[in-house]
Amino acid sequence: MHIAEGFLPPAHAVAWGAAAAPFVVHGARSLIREVREHPESTLLLGASGAFTFVLSALKLPSVTGSCSHPTGTGLGAILFRPPVMAVLGTITLLFQALLLAHGGLTTLGANVFSMAVVGPWAGYGVYRLLRRTGVPLMTAVFFGAFAADLSTYCVTSVQLALAFPDPGSGFVGALGKFGSIFAVTQIPLAVSEGLLTVLVMRMLVQSSKGELTRLGVLVTTAAGRKPAEPAGAVTR
Amino acid sequence: MSRNAKINGLLLLLVAALAVLPLALGLGDHKEEPFAGADAEAETAITEIDPDYEPWFSPLYEPPSGEVESALFALQAAIGTGVLAYYFGLRRGRRQGEARERERAGTDPGSGTGAGAGAGAGAGPDDDVAGAGAGRTV
Repeated sequence: MHIAEGFLPPAHAVAWGAAAAPFVVHGARSLIREVREHPESTLLLGASGAFTFVLSALKLPSVTGSCSHPTGTGLGAILFRPPVMAVLGTITLLFQALLLAHGGLTTLGANVFSMAVVGPWAGYGVYRLLRRTGVPLMTAVFFGAFAADLSTYCVTSVQLALAFPDPGSGFVGALGKFGSIFAVTQIPLAVSEGLLTVLVMRMLVQSSKGELTRLGVLVTTAAGRKPAEPAGAVTR
Repeated sequence: MSRNAKINGLLLLLVAALAVLPLALGLGDHKEEPFAGADAEAETAITEIDPDYEPWFSPLYEPPSGEVESALFALQAAIGTGVLAYYFGLRRGRRQGEARERERAGTDPGSGTGAGAGAGAGAGPDDDVAGAGAGRTV
């Protein structure tokens, strides 16, 4: 759930737009480079974008008695690194702002910053950190997607608390208020997003081994041991 | 059903349970408007904190009704699902084609080939992947 149209004061809207813009430009460059150098990855890029399209259209009920939706940015960030997701996330946000009156053009900068910049980087960071410490692929994917989803809505809460500090309790009070609306609602949804991302990653491990190896998600070991857990385990 | 398919099914079941449980347990009952969008709740919170705040911009286009809005959301999900389905369908088709090609040529040595090609022609998606994967030298 993004910040609605017109609900950020102009100065904030401009500032977040300025903060997000370089990431989107850099992301567009790396997207173009990726497509030019590896035309075969265009399809998987499309699939990553499609995943955010599906997941951010899924408004799910949560334990707080309200609804929100996942973001789907973790998958693409893990596959293609975060910059690419700055572009794919922005496309999704634009679609929703223009056609669905969900989010908005004046709040696009803030929403891009939370969903298409911080989310992918947080998810990618968690994923890489876990992989480096020897955590199995699918566990790392789950927590990466979980972090991408939840961090997005934590940033949204911070953005709103900065724009609307509580008259009594200030920024912290407002953060608690917006956090309980966005971040708490999002926890079970972030679990769902983690599970769905694991599902898609499992299907990718089965169907696109070569591609995942090229992208560094699957590592082929010299000993000839199967790196991927699910598909390799079946035959033995 | 293979072990792989079972795990995938279990993942979907968990997601469904996470979505249905709040509804089934009536977790929205304490609210005036149960299961409203979190963004609408945030708008309410903003007007509580700053009653004078007026949104200074309104959407260029707003779906005229909830029906049209849900149609557009469904369209968004459908576009995404369509692309994903195309991707996985194409990959599966290519794999099967490659397996059949190998079977016809009979060039690939080793015991893995027979299993891979045979499963690719007949059995479920999971077995054929594993078989083909084992037959290929990566």
